[in-house]
Amino acid sequence: MNIHEYQAKAVLASYGVAVPQGKVAFTVEEAVEAAKELGGKAVVKAQIHAGGRGKAGGVKLAKSLQEVEQHARELLGKTLVTHQTGPEGKVVKRLLIEQLSNIQKEYYIGLVVDRNTGRVVMMASGEGGMEIEEVAAKTPEKIFRATIDPAVGLLPYQARQLAYSIGIPNELVKKAAQFMTALYHCFVDKDCSVAEINPLVVTAEGDVMALDAKLNFDDNALYRHPEILELRDLDEEDPKEIEASKYGLNYIALDGNIGCMVNGAGLAMATMDTIKYYGGEPANFLDVGGGASEEKVTEAFKIILSDPKVKGILVNIFGGIMKCDVIASGVVAAARQVGLDKPLVVRLEGTNVEQGKKILNESGLNIIAADSLADAAQRIVSLV
Amino acid sequence: MSILVNKDTRVITQGITGSAGLFHTRQAIEYGTNVVGGTSPGKGGTKVEGVPVFNTVAEAVKETGANVSVIYIPAAGAADAIMEAVDAELDLVICITEGIPVLDMVKVKRFMEGRHTRLIGPNCPGVITPGECKIGIMPGYIHTPGKVGVVSRSGTLTYEAVYQLTNLGLGQSTAVGIGGDPVKGTEFIDVLKMFNEDPDTEAVIMIGEIGGTAEEQAAEWIRDHMTKPVVGFVAGATAPPGRRMGHAGAIISGGSGTAASKIAKMEECGIRVAPTPSEMGSTLYKVLEERGLLERCKVK
Repeated sequence: MNIHEYQAKAVLASYGVAVPQGKVAFTVEEAVEAAKELGGKAVVKAQIHAGGRGKAGGVKLAKSLQEVEQHARELLGKTLVTHQTGPEGKVVKRLLIEQLSNIQKEYYIGLVVDRNTGRVVMMASGEGGMEIEEVAAKTPEKIFRATIDPAVGLLPYQARQLAYSIGIPNELVKKAAQFMTALYHCFVDKDCSVAEINPLVVTAEGDVMALDAKLNFDDNALYRHPEILELRDLDEEDPKEIEASKYGLNYIALDGNIGCMVNGAGLAMATMDTIKYYGGEPANFLDVGGGASEEKVTEAFKIILSDPKVKGILVNIFGGIMKCDVIASGVVAAARQVGLDKPLVVRLEGTNVEQGKKILNESGLNIIAADSLADAAQRIVSLV
Repeated sequence: MSILVNKDTRVITQGITGSAGLFHTRQAIEYGTNVVGGTSPGKGGTKVEGVPVFNTVAEAVKETGANVSVIYIPAAGAADAIMEAVDAELDLVICITEGIPVLDMVKVKRFMEGRHTRLIGPNCPGVITPGECKIGIMPGYIHTPGKVGVVSRSGTLTYEAVYQLTNLGLGQSTAVGIGGDPVKGTEFIDVLKMFNEDPDTEAVIMIGEIGGTAEEQAAEWIRDHMTKPVVGFVAGATAPPGRRMGHAGAIISGGSGTAASKIAKMEECGIRVAPTPSEMGSTLYKVLEERGLLERCKVK
């Protein structure tokens, strides 16, 4: 789960991570009020769940309240298109009004879980403000790493080592190390999957602060962090994905016109790939999961059909825990409820496959049965 | 022969009284798996499906001589269950549970360092040696005893591969689902090593997906060490970057972990990659034919 920058900064601040003073604003008036508290000058930052806001014109400096008002008016309601939003962009509904910082130099600090070691790794670089992937590709020697033993956490010497490596001024190394330690505590305490401070800045006043902050959280751990779950902003998510998540379905909207319903993430991906291989375009990724009920299948089907781009549907089930008759009943129930007027190809295999096929055949619905995934994909591609 | 599990494997189910644990224990027993007991705190002393239930794994191991456990415990308690099994010094722990917080698995991996137990999973379908021992949630009837090893990050794609093999008259030595999580107990290379050393495995199907670099590392290992033919498949060629495709580990981040890069690496290392998931079995069939191994692998 993603949260906004201002929320991330509040979470980080609660762990003692230094952040600039600032306030969220939902209206122009709130923006001006917040700027008044900061003495009239401020940075006005668009709050959307995507990076690259600066380059897209979503971050503005204001030297007076009048400028704050002007920028807030311009940004609120504006659609920002960054390299992470896709061409449709995202509408700005919140602003962060933040104190101006006297930046001396910018750095990068990030935390991720490294698959190879099975440990949390802190990455640091003196190339602040740049995309870390770009730094990694062009000048990998400029990225420094510390692998953290979960039994003891980030050790002070590791933090100091990173701080020296990226060229933090000597007199600020202690502050930088404290910053890193606090960041690590927040990461493990809140079950983050990614924490990125880009840039971390050193100011003329001798502060070491997070000028920007990105925190992503492990969805699997949200059950033990209700305070983080409250920060979820549904405006930032696809309505179909929100609906799917209510039923515990893994749904991701894509751009094509063939709706897919599959059990198992690997098979769901492979089904999309096969559709593409035969010249079609999948409209979505949808994994109904292992133990789906008839109701869950019905809801999944409705969500697929609520996408106006969908011109046909492919259901591909290899029943393990998932029983084919349950899937078949769900498909039939959904098709009856919503009135199916688009081609539907179903491929069933695995547990209770014969009962499943029987339910489909006896439904009276126009369902095209397929023998294999390849067969199913070719049929649906030819029908849309 | 086979790898990891066989007819002598003595299995306990952790979480045997829960609905998933109960259902799959029954299925395993029906398949012929030697299930010797189970655990469920507070239900020790009772019996389920004819096998004794214990309060703790240590007690279950002491009383039954179990050497393998399978975990069907909800995500919040699964990491603890793995560590309990590791502490009881089982040879193998297979964790089926999906949705364990990744930082819990980081702790589990640290806990397991220097200890005897191997972990398969989590978030996996389990392990099956056809005709001998089925541990996990895979449908037993699609499998046939034979000579092809299968290793996969995806459950349903494992079934797909196994079913294709069976339909082509190619049996399986062992099918191993290593799971879709980013931090897990066993990686491709661990299983490939075992298949390479197993005299009854003649060839391997390796099924990967987007995210991480495990397929690339495995490909290099195969190039340098594997004496048996390997056929591959990678799911997720159409997955958009930055989105988690169901599995916690299936995500293209920062431009790395794409299907294209994995497939390129695999082909570069001499692995034949099936163009579609429907052709995993037939691709292997062709490779076996070319290498003159088909007759040895065909089910008699």
